[in-house]
Amino acid sequence: MNLFDVSQVQHQYGSIPVLKNIGFQVKLKEIFGIIGPNGSGKSTLIRTMSGLLKPSQGEILLNNKPIGSYRKQELAKLIAVLEQEGIPPLSFTIEEVVAMGRYPWLKPLSDLSRQDELIVHDVLKNLGLWKIRSQAVNTLSGGQRQMVSLARAMVQQPEVLILDEPTTYLDIGHQTLVMEHVRDWHRTQGITIIMVLHDLNLASQYCDRLLLMDQGYVQSYGTIHDVLKPETISSVYKTDLIMIEHPVQHVPQFLLTSK
Amino acid sequence: MVQKLKTKRFFWASGLSALLLLSLVLSVMTGSVHLPFALSLKILLSHLPLIQLTPTWSLAQDAIVWDLRLPRVFLAIVIGAMLSSTGVAFQGMLRNPLADPYILGVSVGAAFGAATSMLFFRNSSLLGYFTTPLFSFIGALLSLWFVMALANHHGQRDRETLILAGVVVQSLIGAFLSFLIAISGQQMQEIVFWMMGSLANHSWLDVGMLTPYLALGYLYLALQQRDLNLISLGESAATHLGMDVEKKKIWVLIVGSLLTGAAVSVVGIIGFVGLIVPHLMRLIVGPDHRILLPLSTLAGAIFLLWADTVARSIIPSREIPIGVITAFIGAPFFAYLLKKGLRRGQV
Repeated sequence: MNLFDVSQVQHQYGSIPVLKNIGFQVKLKEIFGIIGPNGSGKSTLIRTMSGLLKPSQGEILLNNKPIGSYRKQELAKLIAVLEQEGIPPLSFTIEEVVAMGRYPWLKPLSDLSRQDELIVHDVLKNLGLWKIRSQAVNTLSGGQRQMVSLARAMVQQPEVLILDEPTTYLDIGHQTLVMEHVRDWHRTQGITIIMVLHDLNLASQYCDRLLLMDQGYVQSYGTIHDVLKPETISSVYKTDLIMIEHPVQHVPQFLLTSK
Repeated sequence: MVQKLKTKRFFWASGLSALLLLSLVLSVMTGSVHLPFALSLKILLSHLPLIQLTPTWSLAQDAIVWDLRLPRVFLAIVIGAMLSSTGVAFQGMLRNPLADPYILGVSVGAAFGAATSMLFFRNSSLLGYFTTPLFSFIGALLSLWFVMALANHHGQRDRETLILAGVVVQSLIGAFLSFLIAISGQQMQEIVFWMMGSLANHSWLDVGMLTPYLALGYLYLALQQRDLNLISLGESAATHLGMDVEKKKIWVLIVGSLLTGAAVSVVGIIGFVGLIVPHLMRLIVGPDHRILLPLSTLAGAIFLLWADTVARSIIPSREIPIGVITAFIGAPFFAYLLKKGLRRGQV
């Protein structure tokens, strides 16, 4: 069963084409990764899939309905998005920012119910943010802020989580922390995850299937082993790589080689 | 969490309301004829329904309180509330703590609209008393649209650009306005004094005319408090949470322009109220608009009431334009915010 069905999507910024004839499907309850070099169109693609950007041409179906036909609030109940930048340095507290994730579920003119507050509290406890919940967001490190972002997305209770390079600004400790929580969420709630990743090694460890983009085209698309071939990756990223097998997880991993 | 917010809001709103009432009495007793506190209070109370007091005061004293000073006090309260709530709305929606109707050139746009109607449509009976506020609103809206269009660069809008665009529009419309005044002949002095911002020579009629604007405008903004919070996460994040950002932004800016336009059409340009008051309140009660909007509105009323009391009493038998007082406080404050913002990269 397909959750997303993307067909013949094209997009231009002015006269510059950024997405060229993109077509693929995302299955229900899988972890789907999108990889590719800088400027290959990954972020634009994600923006069209989250309903933020209407592509110049082509069709994106979510649960067999065009994504443009959803009302904004309906869409927010289905899709949560974790942006690369995370949360701006606000003086709102962690708890207040996380509670904003309930917005799509609130009735007009009403505030958070007791039920909503319990959902917020549960998530704060699960992500280890409970003790610091009254701290202002602008006092947090980048890693903590990304955890707050994730908490807000969880409180939103979506069916799909879209992440745009969630680990870019994080140290390896926080990278693993964020990724592990995302995977736990996927396992316990059965939500679908779509993520743009820079790091090929993370992608191969956490994703079920991958889409490799290059210069606005789909370069290849399929399972980890279909997509992560050393010759393809070397030519797309224009660099020399060595591929080895992960000793524990038995998935492809790449090593950079200095010249 | 919601309960805690409500308690905090109740506590602060009660405190500020009490302060506002106290300020009202203090302002009424101040002036060229000094009236004792108790007497002023009694005269005020005697006008309330269901309260019977035997007059121990003269008719002249009653007239000073009820016909001269009180309308002016209420005018200050209403205008202060209008400008301050507009400041909160603009800053929230534009995600720019420097956005204020005066700095963005909206006030001068409104003044231009109002001056146009005063000069050319003085005797138009089409809308009667509402002609000037309508022109003022249109002027405010056009100048805001112009500023936004200037500051927009491929959908990106940074803080300094918006302020610069405000400066550009302010100078241009200011020039048009000076030109209008220069050719206006006899009415020149009247318009110049009005434009500098003054609460003098107004009656209950003006208070009555402005109050519906404040009530409706505030009601609309109060219904957007949650959205104003959400937009602080950024426009795309707010969209992902189901908010129709573009639509909300346009409506909030229109309502803000309407409030500014109505205020300017009666009392001229009074700057910086929408900048100083919300900023101070944000420092005290935090960024949550569910508490920031009502408290800034109250605090704006108190602030302008005191500014006007100073304006009319600091030099005996002379009146200083209130815009001068707010600029004396506001301009250094603006400079401080700008400096702080440049150093830290954020205000």
